[in-house]
Amino acid sequence: MKEQLQKDFDNTIKNLNLSQKDIEIKKFSLDNFINKGFPNRKEEDWKFSDLNQIIKKNIGELSFYNDYTSTNKVDTSVYVDGLEHNKIVFINGRIEKIDFDYEKKEQIEIIDQSETVNKFYNNNSLSDLNNALTNKSFKIVIKKGYQLLKPLIIYHTTNSKIWSKNINLKLDFELQEDSHLRLIDLFSDTSEKNFLNIFYNFNLKENAILKNYKVDKLENKNIKYSFNNIEQYKNTVSETFILSSGSSFFKSEINCNLKGEHSSAFVNGIFSLDNSKHHEIRTIVNHLTENTKSYQLIKSVLEDSSKAVYQGKIFVSSDAQKTDGYQLSKAILLNKDSEFNAKPELEIYADDVKCSHGSASGSLNEDSIFYLMSRGLNYNQARELLINGFLLDVVEKITDSEIRNLIKNMIGIKE
Amino acid sequence: MENRQKEIDKLKDYKYGFSTDIENTKAPKGLNEDVIKFISNIKKEPQWMLDFRLKAFERFKQLKEPNWQKPKYPKIDYQDLYYYSAPKSMDDKPKSLDELDPKLLETYKKLGIPLQEQARLNGIAVDAVFDSVSVATTFREELIKQGIIFCPISEAIQNHPELVKKYLGSVIPLTDHFFATLNSAVFTDGSFVYIPEGVRCPMELSTYFRINASNTGQFERTLIVADKGSYVSYLEGCTAPMRDENQLHAANVELVALDDAEIKYSTVQNWYPGDKDGKGGIYNFVTKRGLCKGKNSKISWTQVETGSAITWKYPSCILKGDNSIGEFYSIAITNNYQKADTGTKMIHLGKNTKSKIISKGISAGFSDMTYRGLVDISSKASNSNNYTQCDSLLMGNKCGAHTVPYIKNKNSESNIAHEATTSKISEEQLHYCQQRGLSAEEAVGLIVNGFCKEVLQQLPMEFAVEAQKLVGISLEGSVG
Repeated sequence: MKEQLQKDFDNTIKNLNLSQKDIEIKKFSLDNFINKGFPNRKEEDWKFSDLNQIIKKNIGELSFYNDYTSTNKVDTSVYVDGLEHNKIVFINGRIEKIDFDYEKKEQIEIIDQSETVNKFYNNNSLSDLNNALTNKSFKIVIKKGYQLLKPLIIYHTTNSKIWSKNINLKLDFELQEDSHLRLIDLFSDTSEKNFLNIFYNFNLKENAILKNYKVDKLENKNIKYSFNNIEQYKNTVSETFILSSGSSFFKSEINCNLKGEHSSAFVNGIFSLDNSKHHEIRTIVNHLTENTKSYQLIKSVLEDSSKAVYQGKIFVSSDAQKTDGYQLSKAILLNKDSEFNAKPELEIYADDVKCSHGSASGSLNEDSIFYLMSRGLNYNQARELLINGFLLDVVEKITDSEIRNLIKNMIGIKE
Repeated sequence: MENRQKEIDKLKDYKYGFSTDIENTKAPKGLNEDVIKFISNIKKEPQWMLDFRLKAFERFKQLKEPNWQKPKYPKIDYQDLYYYSAPKSMDDKPKSLDELDPKLLETYKKLGIPLQEQARLNGIAVDAVFDSVSVATTFREELIKQGIIFCPISEAIQNHPELVKKYLGSVIPLTDHFFATLNSAVFTDGSFVYIPEGVRCPMELSTYFRINASNTGQFERTLIVADKGSYVSYLEGCTAPMRDENQLHAANVELVALDDAEIKYSTVQNWYPGDKDGKGGIYNFVTKRGLCKGKNSKISWTQVETGSAITWKYPSCILKGDNSIGEFYSIAITNNYQKADTGTKMIHLGKNTKSKIISKGISAGFSDMTYRGLVDISSKASNSNNYTQCDSLLMGNKCGAHTVPYIKNKNSESNIAHEATTSKISEEQLHYCQQRGLSAEEAVGLIVNGFCKEVLQQLPMEFAVEAQKLVGISLEGSVG
């Protein structure tokens, strides 16, 4: 893998207009990655999902160079109907379109950061990989007091032109004071056996509100890793919803730093898996100051030999008195081969806090099925109704009604 | 005079902190094959036992000391320890208590452990372990009448080799992990219990561990085998003198329950926790594991952990037999600079297995407490169940309380439920108690005892009373 990486790295650098210093930084990250390799189960955070093995088994040899010189045609059929929205379109990792047609132009600033290196830290080697090989990266600034009229949908599209490739993406968002952004990440892949490595950074200034919905619904054979870092100052709210369903492997990580008083973070997720899919959500909520709040709800429905993992951590520093932290994960195992692993973690250094977590996993409640069948439903209908209700609970947590309905339709959940 | 006063003041905090001035036989300092041979030789062990030790030592040399735990500690120099220390008067084993060194008797009297005949009325059989040897085992004759074997493990190796051979290392294999393997190589003494088929042990069996010599590691080994349909309740207590240096305690405890057998294992661990500034104290790195080998067997762990500078242990149950049950009840209290990383592992292998975990953690002062647990339901363990509850109580914002459960469910017919909360003692509760005439400290003691009640109830009567007092004492000085 090492020679391949070096070669692909040199090719990538050639097409970029970087200063010598920036190249050095990128090289440094590359060396870090070469040293560490893909994360494996020996690392505590990857205990339940050995990415190194998964890539070996599903992809084999990866190549890291992407030719971004020619444009791809944007396939408008993937666009979401019935919801007016702004768009950013990635095709095979190349940014093809940025379109904020519905918004006041001067309120949104898009800065091309491709020519400078802004490093991104995370304690695993994937951030090194991302730092070394990202091609284009943008910073999107929502100006003070501006609330986007329409949601922004980021389309992550891949097609059959690529095969066994690693794609690295990076986006940086700054939400200035009192601004408001609704963001949907929509994954649609017709490609196979690629590894997507996506890093987002959000900077929420006072009173800003971020709502991020990640939807991985369409069946595909790709492997994905997504990392959201969210910095939150006073009175900010972040809401993250993850629908984890379509890819062969998907690990979403959310890292929230609640730095300002009265800031709050909500993370809700659904795993709806079948076949031999393996998905993971890992959250870290750092309560760093007084009067902050976090709430997490993760529900899984697992069929066939699928596997879901939830690792959630609530950290409360000794300054963070009056913290309110809550975490709940529930899983229904529908097949004897399915598996649910959880590691809900509390690390608390302050005494005046209210923190709790719960985790439950098991089969569908036979009594409930019996009840429904005694009222005339057949077994499958009863089962469907129960699962529907189980998942609806999470979807109902979405605070934006437009998007809630959109996601309900996508999953096919009825009220 | 001044020194004496200081001494007395110190003892107020930890009343077991005295040391007994007694002549010792020690193995040469350090860890090597010769020391292992020395230990084996002094115990007059058969060749197979020595082979067992040497095999473990071979393995130990390849192992690396783990460092994933939360409480970090300065590196231990394993060559700077004595691996064997015994009162000289034990060189020729005394035949009865009358021959026992009066100093030893005095020590146990001070600790409140009745070894002498007249004090035996309370009906608990005691095996007293002093540093590396077992000094006395009471009530043996009565137990033998029922076929129960309760003796120091060094005697069992000689008198019941077939049992020891069969079960020693069957739950904690030689190759297990760093400290367990070290113990397999150098263990000195401990208790051996065998309950024959269908016998319900008529009294509580108990071992009392005492570390006295300085610079000594205590490595005891306990093996309890409950044959088909038998029942035993076993208690363990520990104390150590106050010393400025840290002392290592790395014991192995193995429990085996065959068909329909039940073992109840209770620990009140009160090793010297170090002084107010975190100086000294015991490193309690213990491996405890129970195997529910037979059908319908049950193993229940109850622990009250108040002592030790660092407690690092996970009493576990391997639920291999169908319908077997594992239980874990724990109270862990840390104060001053104490640290604890404790919890349990419930490994479900058999069908219809059930496990229950109740853990209460209390941290005060500058201490740090972690609950770490594993519940693993394998794909074959159909219709199994686990319930876990771990609650933490924090006093002050200089301490930490952490919960790290690992939950693995590979069986769709099995259920796991886990709950955890973290909170503090509310002002209202304190106010209410104080209004009724309790001092702040008494009020905290009362509330904490209420918080721990679920676990305290699991302890045998005599222990429960003591444990309740201990809970109060451990938290002294943490209010305000």
